[in-house]
Amino acid sequence: MEAINHVAGKAIPFGRKNVDTDVIIPAHWLKTITREGLGKGAFEAVKLEEGNVFTDERWAGAPILIAGDNFGCGSSREHAAWALLDMGVTCVIAPSFSDIFSGNAFKNGILTVALPQEAIDRLMEVAQDETIDVDLDTQSVTTPFQDRFTFEIDPFRKHCLLNGLDEVGLTMAQGDTISGYEGKARETLPFLASPVLAA
Amino acid sequence: MTNAPRTLYQKIWDAHVVDRRDDGTCLIYIDRHIVHEVTSPQAFESLRAAGRPVRRPDLTLAVPDHNLPTTARRDANGNRVPIADPQSAQQLEMLEKNAPAFGIRYIGDADPEQGIVHVVGPEQGFSLPGATIVCGDSHTACNGGLGALAFGIGTSEVEHVLATQTLLLKQSKTFEIRVEGKLGAGVTPKDVILHVIGVIGTAGGTGYVIEYTGNVFREMSVEGRLTVSNMSIEGGARAGLVAPDEITFDYVKGRPYAPKGADWDKAVAWWKSLATDEGATYDKSVFIRAEDIQPTVTWGTSPEDTSGIGGVVPAPEDFADASKRDAVKHSLDYMGLTPGTKLTDVEVQNVFIGSCTNSRIEDIRAAAEVLKGRHKADNVKWAIVVPGSGLVKAQAEAEGLDKIIIDAGLEWREPGCSACLAMNPDKVPAGERCASTSNRNFTGRQGPGARTHLMSPAMAAAAAVTGKLTDVRDLAPAS
Repeated sequence: MEAINHVAGKAIPFGRKNVDTDVIIPAHWLKTITREGLGKGAFEAVKLEEGNVFTDERWAGAPILIAGDNFGCGSSREHAAWALLDMGVTCVIAPSFSDIFSGNAFKNGILTVALPQEAIDRLMEVAQDETIDVDLDTQSVTTPFQDRFTFEIDPFRKHCLLNGLDEVGLTMAQGDTISGYEGKARETLPFLASPVLAA
Repeated sequence: MTNAPRTLYQKIWDAHVVDRRDDGTCLIYIDRHIVHEVTSPQAFESLRAAGRPVRRPDLTLAVPDHNLPTTARRDANGNRVPIADPQSAQQLEMLEKNAPAFGIRYIGDADPEQGIVHVVGPEQGFSLPGATIVCGDSHTACNGGLGALAFGIGTSEVEHVLATQTLLLKQSKTFEIRVEGKLGAGVTPKDVILHVIGVIGTAGGTGYVIEYTGNVFREMSVEGRLTVSNMSIEGGARAGLVAPDEITFDYVKGRPYAPKGADWDKAVAWWKSLATDEGATYDKSVFIRAEDIQPTVTWGTSPEDTSGIGGVVPAPEDFADASKRDAVKHSLDYMGLTPGTKLTDVEVQNVFIGSCTNSRIEDIRAAAEVLKGRHKADNVKWAIVVPGSGLVKAQAEAEGLDKIIIDAGLEWREPGCSACLAMNPDKVPAGERCASTSNRNFTGRQGPGARTHLMSPAMAAAAAVTGKLTDVRDLAPAS
C-alpha cells in the first residue's frame, strides 16, 4: 500500500446518495484477474447520462470524489476501490460510507472522509471551480475560501495510511499469538477449530 | 470476562478474540473461509508474490459460482463444454488451479455438490452456528441464519484470511429487529426481509450487526432464516444473526462436515449457550408487526424502494429528503415507471427464480406450487429457475418439481449465481423488466439497462403466470 498524507486538487462533484458498487464498477468488469485497468469501467452507466461529471473535462483526472450518503453500498467487490484508484481518485468525501467499502478503500490507500451533509453541500459548490485540500495528518479539509472542516478517522487506520503499512505482514508477525489461540480453541471449541477438509 | 448479560453477537465475538489492541481493534479468528472465482485471483497472486502459504487450508473451501453458465457443463460424452466468454473461462481456470496449488479443497463445476457458495456452505455443514465465516462476497451474511457471525470481505481481506486465518476488526454495534405476530397467507421470509429493508433503509444497518428476534424468526425454517439474513447487507449491516435453536440443530445434524459423536454433543451444548442473555441490551431496536407485512416487491433501483403488492409507484414528491427525491427521479426514469401506476399493472418480460437469497429447496417448492397446472404468460419471453446447488437440483428432480416448472414453460437450469448479477450469459435485456427473487435491484445489475423487481419465489412464479407483477393471493385456481 502507498503511504498517503495529503490529497489536493480538483474534486468531482458527484453528490449522489446510495451510490452502490454496481454503479461504481458493473459486474461484467469483475472478470479481471488483476487490479489494473478498471478506471475505464468506473461509473459506466453514469457516464452515459447527459451532463454527467465523469466525462466533463473540468474534472478529468481529479484526485477527489464528493458523493452523498451511504457511498459504496452493496457488494464486497474490492474492484470498486481499484476502479477509483485507476481513475486517479485517492480520496472520497461523503456523509457516510458502507462498512465494506470503507475497509476496501483503506486497504488500497484511498482516504474516505466522512463529513456532515452541510459540509458536503459547501464542498460541492466550491468544487465547481476550485480545488480542495485534504490533509490526513491534521484530519482537515480546506478550500481556497478559508473553509475548514475536520474529520474523524480510526487511529490505527490513520497510522497505516500515513506509513503505507502492509496489514498482512503486520498480522503474520503475530503468528505465535494466533497459534496460541488455535491451541486453546482446539480444546474449547474442537468442532470449529479442528481440521475439517483435505484438498 | 465479566458476567454481564451479553448478546449473541457479543458471545461469538468474545469466543474468537485472538488479540485486543489498546484502541479496541481486535484480531478475530476465522473458523470457515469460502473462496469463489471472482474475488480471489488477486489474493492468491499476492500470496504467491510474497511466498506466503495458506495458514489453514483445512478450514478453506473453494467453489466456483459467479461465472458458470447455467446450461449443461458436460456434453453427451462427458467432456467439458467450453465457456464462451474467455474472461469468465480464465477466472474459473484460475480458481481450479489456485485451490490445489494452495492445498484447498475444490468443488468443481460439474460436481454434484457445486452451487452458490452461500448455499453450499450450510448445505455441506461447513457453515456452523457460532462460527466466524467469511467469503469475498457480501451475501456471506446469509450464513447468519444459522447463528454464525458471517460477513463479506474484500480481496485484501481474503488475502489476509488466507495468510493468517484472522481479520483485524472493530466490534460492530448491535441492532435488534424484532418481528412478532402472525404472518399472513402468501407472506414469506423474502417478504419479511424486503419489508424490513423498506423500514430501516439501505443505510439503516451501517456499522451494526443485526439480530433478528421475535416469534416470526423463531418459527421460521433454517432456509427462511438464511433468506432473511442474506439480505442484511441490503439493510447496510455487514452481518445478520438468528440465534441457533432446535430447528437449527436438526438442520445441521448429519451434514457432511458437521461435527459428529462427542464433538456434536459439545457443539450443541455451546450453541445452546449463545442465545442473547436476559437483560442484555442492543444499541438500537426496531419492532415490526408481522400483520403489517404484505407480499412485497420493489419498484426502484434501491432495495429500500419497497411496497406491498397492493400499492402504486410513488412520486419523487412523496419523499421528504431532497437527495432521496433526486434518487427516486433517477430510479423511476431508469425503471420506466410513472408515479401512480398500480404495481399490479406493471408488465414483466423476464422471470428469474434463483440466487443465494432464494434458490434452496423450499424456494423451488414454493415456485412449483404456484406453477403447478399453470403456464407462463405469452409476454414473458424468458423465465428460468436456477437451483442453488447440484444437491438442490437433484432433490427438486426427485420430487418432480423440474417437470412442473418445465411444463409451465419455464427453463430448469444448472446451479450458479446466474442472472442475479449477470456475470455469466444469463442477462436481462436492456429496457426489459424482470420479476426476480434475487437481492439487488441496482441499476444495470441484471444486465445493462435491465429493470429488476425483487420479490419472493411464489410472487415471481405468479408474475410468470400472469405476465405482470401479481399478488400471489389473487391468482385464480389452476385449471
